[in-house]
Amino acid sequence: MPTYTIDPVTRIEGHAKITIELGDDGQVARARFHVTQFRGFEKLCEGRPFYEMPALMARICGICPVSHLIASSKACDAILAVAIPANGARLRRIVNLAQILQSHALSVFHLSSPDLLLGMDAPPETRHLFGVAAAAPEVARDGIRLRQIGQQIIELLGGRKIHPAWVVPGGVSSPLTEEKRDAILAMLPDGLAAVERSLDRFRGIFRAFPEEIASFANFPSLFVGLTDGQSKLEFYDGPLRIVGADGEVVASHLQPEDYPQYFSEVAEPDSFLKSAYYGKMGYPEGIYRVGPLARLNVVASCGTPRADHELGALRAFAGSPLLSSFHYHQARLIEMLHTIEKSEELLNDLDILNPHVRALAEPNCEEGIGISEAPRGTLLHHYKVDKNGLIRWANLIIATGQNNLAMNRGVEQVARYFVRHGQLTDGALNRIEAVIRSFDPCLSCSTHAIGAMPLDVELRSAGGELLDHRRR
Amino acid sequence: MSKPTLATVWLDGCSGCHMSFLDIDERLLELAQKADLLYSPLVDRKDFPDHVDITLVEGAVSSTDDLAKIRKVRAHTKILVSLGDCAVTSNVPSMRNPFGVDAVMRRGYVENVTEARPIPCSVIPTLLDRARPVHELVSVDVFVPGCPPSADLIYEVLGDLIAGKPVVSGSRGRFGG
Repeated sequence: MPTYTIDPVTRIEGHAKITIELGDDGQVARARFHVTQFRGFEKLCEGRPFYEMPALMARICGICPVSHLIASSKACDAILAVAIPANGARLRRIVNLAQILQSHALSVFHLSSPDLLLGMDAPPETRHLFGVAAAAPEVARDGIRLRQIGQQIIELLGGRKIHPAWVVPGGVSSPLTEEKRDAILAMLPDGLAAVERSLDRFRGIFRAFPEEIASFANFPSLFVGLTDGQSKLEFYDGPLRIVGADGEVVASHLQPEDYPQYFSEVAEPDSFLKSAYYGKMGYPEGIYRVGPLARLNVVASCGTPRADHELGALRAFAGSPLLSSFHYHQARLIEMLHTIEKSEELLNDLDILNPHVRALAEPNCEEGIGISEAPRGTLLHHYKVDKNGLIRWANLIIATGQNNLAMNRGVEQVARYFVRHGQLTDGALNRIEAVIRSFDPCLSCSTHAIGAMPLDVELRSAGGELLDHRRR
Repeated sequence: MSKPTLATVWLDGCSGCHMSFLDIDERLLELAQKADLLYSPLVDRKDFPDHVDITLVEGAVSSTDDLAKIRKVRAHTKILVSLGDCAVTSNVPSMRNPFGVDAVMRRGYVENVTEARPIPCSVIPTLLDRARPVHELVSVDVFVPGCPPSADLIYEVLGDLIAGKPVVSGSRGRFGG
């Protein structure tokens, strides 16, 4: 059987590759996504004081540092054995929503809008944000503005846009002032208008991609995400729920402390990114997805009116649960709408200026687990400390690793759909990038993929003979 | 006269310096008028160009891929800027150095997995023994510390370099902040 390999498909700066094997019939037999960077945070934190962990772990990722601050601080709350003040939790929720907003804006506008707006087959020389700015300046400006609003909220709360040290074990380090609250509230109407404009603009565009909807990781899987304990969207705290492809609840009210009973992870020989699966169903049958698509699939509603209206419209078009990963894009826009609505609700809470935002304590437990929803899905930090609070061991379960099996299967599905008779076309290459991009993998948390990925693809036979070579 | 050319490169870092660059917000569109961004995670180009006037590099040099990349970048860049603490000092990536590659890999792939399997080794690059700052491997022209450097600082430095003004390393920005 002739085996073809696409090797290497360099992702951004050579940090990921895709290989494809073809069968005798010229059809794709197997395709794999390889993540090629490793950073070692689970080990390098050993010996550090636990209270350094939020600021250190934030350095896993400059795109979603706040997500790591939150999960890490929650693990440290457990080490302190404190229930943090209600207003500290409220302020953490707001900064977490701002993080979701800015990160989703980056994904939708800076990274994916060139594919969506200019087309999957647009010339690579202009297939970027500046190309979008030339073709549709209002789209680029809305995207830049939405990301900016998220970043400015983070800065107003945390003192800086990237790696703020404001989220700390026990709560947050300073309360919100009236002036800052009003400054944030004043930005929200602008953001709301920009997201609604974008939803109006993209709704029709999304529907013009029927082949991509059909082939972009469109298959049954489990979906995992936090809920508010009822059936509403939740990003900060609450039990996990697992829903099947038929929409039935597979498991609910899962507590973070029990994660080894449901999250299992294995390493593959050819990727630095581990694969997570639902342990009770085994590997790889326990394949699940996390992130915007999964979060919308595990809840009945968002819990805010405008986002619920949009979710209803998406479900009417695409069904429920949403099975195609192409719909991650629209799910992201719906979540952006929700973050703005929800932030306004939280900022208008009568207790939002309450100065009690941090519980102080010594380390009281030798172990702590923190869980939250990062932009790309469920994030878990687990630490063990010695009696002085120095880190002995850490385990991190990152959203992108939980989507690894689905991304791999998605790459294979797209390759099967678009690579025909052993022919690699530019269109096929573009779409292989785009299915990965729909998951918005924070490969910075595992490698570095952002935006348009350079491709250097060689088709080789099993004997190593160069059959085809394409670059762009 | 043609516009100066720019590139941004991302080695072993968190992408925070690139995010700080994006935090110049609408000035991105203005920058695109003054200079051509030829190569970057943000634009769709495969190989590093033959000649770039100014390249910003984020991150430490940690793998065989990083090393090959930074050598190529240096050879084809007029002014190489070490952007941020990981490029300037190797910062957080170098925290793995005292443990050694084996111990770090074992934690990730042997200890913290449900089912032990061989440590990943095929298709993917090899980690270097130590994560190192960029200037230990190639010559660097301008150092801009910060974790990350602020958007305003990045914009200011880029503006000066594009205008052909000298930039004194370390005169602006500080480690961590």
